[in-house]
Amino acid sequence: MPRTLRNTKIIMLRELTGYFGSPVAYVFIVIFLMLIGFFTFSVSHFYEAGQADLRSHFEWYPWLFLFLIPSVAMRLWADEKRVGTIELIMTLPISLTEVIMGKFLAAWIFVGIAQLLTFPLVLSTMYLGDPDYGTVFCAYVGSFLMGGAYLSVGSMTSAITRSQVVSFILAVVACLFMVLSGWPPVTEALIGWAPTWLVNLVASFSFMTHYQSIQRGVLDFRDIFYYLSFIFFMLYTNGVILISRKS
Amino acid sequence: MIEVKNLTKFFGPKKAVNDISFEVKKGEVLGFLGPNGAGKSTTMRMITGFITPSSGTAVIGGVDITQSPIEALQKIGYLPENAPVYPEMTARSFLEFCAEVRGFAGAEKNKRIDETIEKCFLKDVIYQPVNTLSKGFKQRVCFAQSILHDPEYLIMDEPTDGLDPNQKHEVRSMIREMGINKAIILSTHILEEVDAVCTRAMIIANGHVVANDKPEQLRARSGLHGAVRLILQNAEVEKAKNCLNVLPGVKELEVIDDKKNLNLRIYPETLGVPLTDKVLKCATENSLQIESIYTEQGRLDEVFRMITEVGEARSRLDRIVKQ
Repeated sequence: MPRTLRNTKIIMLRELTGYFGSPVAYVFIVIFLMLIGFFTFSVSHFYEAGQADLRSHFEWYPWLFLFLIPSVAMRLWADEKRVGTIELIMTLPISLTEVIMGKFLAAWIFVGIAQLLTFPLVLSTMYLGDPDYGTVFCAYVGSFLMGGAYLSVGSMTSAITRSQVVSFILAVVACLFMVLSGWPPVTEALIGWAPTWLVNLVASFSFMTHYQSIQRGVLDFRDIFYYLSFIFFMLYTNGVILISRKS
Repeated sequence: MIEVKNLTKFFGPKKAVNDISFEVKKGEVLGFLGPNGAGKSTTMRMITGFITPSSGTAVIGGVDITQSPIEALQKIGYLPENAPVYPEMTARSFLEFCAEVRGFAGAEKNKRIDETIEKCFLKDVIYQPVNTLSKGFKQRVCFAQSILHDPEYLIMDEPTDGLDPNQKHEVRSMIREMGINKAIILSTHILEEVDAVCTRAMIIANGHVVANDKPEQLRARSGLHGAVRLILQNAEVEKAKNCLNVLPGVKELEVIDDKKNLNLRIYPETLGVPLTDKVLKCATENSLQIESIYTEQGRLDEVFRMITEVGEARSRLDRIVKQ
């Protein structure tokens, strides 16, 4: 295994055992599942709707992630700085890229695990009706990618500051901005006066636009590319911020 | 060999490290001394690449830290200030993590970890989470990660900080032993540590190197060096003072105490010309009852104070000259 992948894996495993070695992870997962359950069943009236699709479940992810994911990401770098271990990892013979990737992937996998734990819902739907498995699969992939995008924003804001609270707030605001730019109220406000290309441009930057596109059941390369390039860009910025702190 | 070349660091307008250069060869243990804020930690952080220098560089075993940091860091073991460790990990899992990052795996990894645990006396606490350990143990865990891979170069920022006297003794013996075939830089506030461990001491004040010498030579800079301390019993003060004062080679006589016994310090005129035997001869000739006689070597803390105050004055002069 090439050195880079090996180092990234080592960091990732360390972070993951860290997550599951403390009660915070379990609290987070329980709260996440409870909230998503509440929104799906009570607010969206999943049963009453009578549809064997999981739209009433997946439509909540952008909003739930808005608060929950910054809470996972806020400790990524802020904690290292606070405890002082940033001096330790930055003086180990591994590159910053490996550390950033390792930490990010661990957090992403953690969020992914939390999402997978919603599978009983899928099982219920399968029992009660005949869902389109392709759409369900796409929806999971889409929300996983979007989760990664939120995380990358949170990771970046965490590198800016020592304080977890500031990181959280900055991440929430940034993610809100990213989500809202594709939201109908915003796009409708723009349509009145802005040229079409501008409206499309602003909408195309939004998490929401691409998420909804995937929800329709098609894994369009453009949407995947959007999320991955967004994540890449955020993590790159993350690196730039950390390096600039060195000087 | 560690070569530090013209390291300079600005934090905004403040020059924290001012053109520091020095070398440390294998077999040397260099002690960094200096007042707080002098630039010791900053210099060490530049050597390990944690901070980027404003100018200058450090070359470790032929590898430039600013150009090939990862290669250089493989040769270094670093103990940062405050001994940072991941709090929720157990001591053992932390050392496993560090060993894996350093490239060890399988049986070799376990062997190294076990050896290091033995050396650092961590056996009793390896399965405890680090945040439950006392400061001394936490320090030793971080110390352990710095020696895990048996590096040729060790850089330690206050390695005995917060340890009790026994632990200090153990750590110092370890450093002395390792210093035989490694190049070690350590920073400390404890002057007796310099005597105990270092082959050379460097005093840094206000970002400058103000002294770079063996501990014995540094002590010799003290005004007290070579002075004879004489404690006489039942002496007639005036008689004793007179006969001692006229001795050739005596510069000055200082009475430290004349209440109980006569406690004198006799300063020599020239350093290197021993005075003790002459004083002894004079005292016996005049039937003075000697309770104790010894030759002062000078104290490091006094030399330190003198030198750092000079460094402070020089900085002030620099600032005035600039204006």
